[in-house]
Amino acid sequence: MGHGILLSGGAEVDFNIHGVFQYSFFGHPVWITTSHICILIVMLLLVAFAIAANRCMAKATEVPGSFQNVVEMIVDKLDGMVSGSMGQAAPRYFNYIGTIFIFILVSNISGLLGLRPPTADYGVTLPMAILTFSLIHYNKWKYQKPKTIWADLCSPLPPWLPIWMPINVISAVAVPISLSLRLFANVLSGTAMMALLYGLLGWFATAWPAALHVYFDLFSGAIQTYVFCMLTMTYISNEIGDGTRR
Amino acid sequence: MDFNENFILGCSAIGAGLAVIAGIGPGVGQGIAAGHAAAAVGRNPGAQPKVMQTMLLGQAVAETTGLYGLLVAILLMFVKPLLP
Repeated sequence: MGHGILLSGGAEVDFNIHGVFQYSFFGHPVWITTSHICILIVMLLLVAFAIAANRCMAKATEVPGSFQNVVEMIVDKLDGMVSGSMGQAAPRYFNYIGTIFIFILVSNISGLLGLRPPTADYGVTLPMAILTFSLIHYNKWKYQKPKTIWADLCSPLPPWLPIWMPINVISAVAVPISLSLRLFANVLSGTAMMALLYGLLGWFATAWPAALHVYFDLFSGAIQTYVFCMLTMTYISNEIGDGTRR
Repeated sequence: MDFNENFILGCSAIGAGLAVIAGIGPGVGQGIAAGHAAAAVGRNPGAQPKVMQTMLLGQAVAETTGLYGLLVAILLMFVKPLLP
């Protein structure tokens, strides 16, 4: 096959990550995989769009033209989403949330371009979840007193009786894991389903799988992007609270 | 005790099938969420965007457990961790 999911060709049903090029990193063999190439393509797309948007906004007009309209709409929607759920901390996090939103969205729907979505690689989603985790704890230590953090850690029981603390520590560590696995497994399930379809049905899978692409790539990808960003914002704004520093 | 490779593959396939039974739970949960969201929109049609947003967020979080089952199934089928 190979016409369904480019960069994953080879055997009949195959949606695995493949090594393309091997090099040695301080003695360790390290692979450049198809995920890297797909990320590179997504990045080039985004950079090209950013340059075009910058060119367009440099000579922005009072009554926006078609492309300027699109760019303004994207920024406006993202701004509305971030300020709707982060309150007064929104201006500081708009850049970060906007960046990961656009990156995850374009990665998820890059299945439509025939790429293997980069977010179907756990090595892509885990670092983003770890960034969220670091932001959560940075804001926790910035905005809360150590005493309240300790009391939260022992939460259902009083602070002098920390026998419930291990459970709370585990649930704190589970946040980035579940956040990354949710995105990864959703995109991977879509990729696996389309690979099975194209691989097993052969020539019969022409034209009509487009409807399934709409669900697995567009709908599921957009929803998961939204969920990832929404949960990141909710966790961070939970830690910020009313915004008074300790 | 050592087993035949085909025996392990067959058992992995059965295990993968059993693992995706985990999909029942999120299915029921998402259905309940969607039903309540429909009731909420019926009661207050003006709040439709907000209800929709909350419903989708909750459903996507509830979906996680089902996806863990799917992940186990995919690992068993394609990564074959049980083979020696």
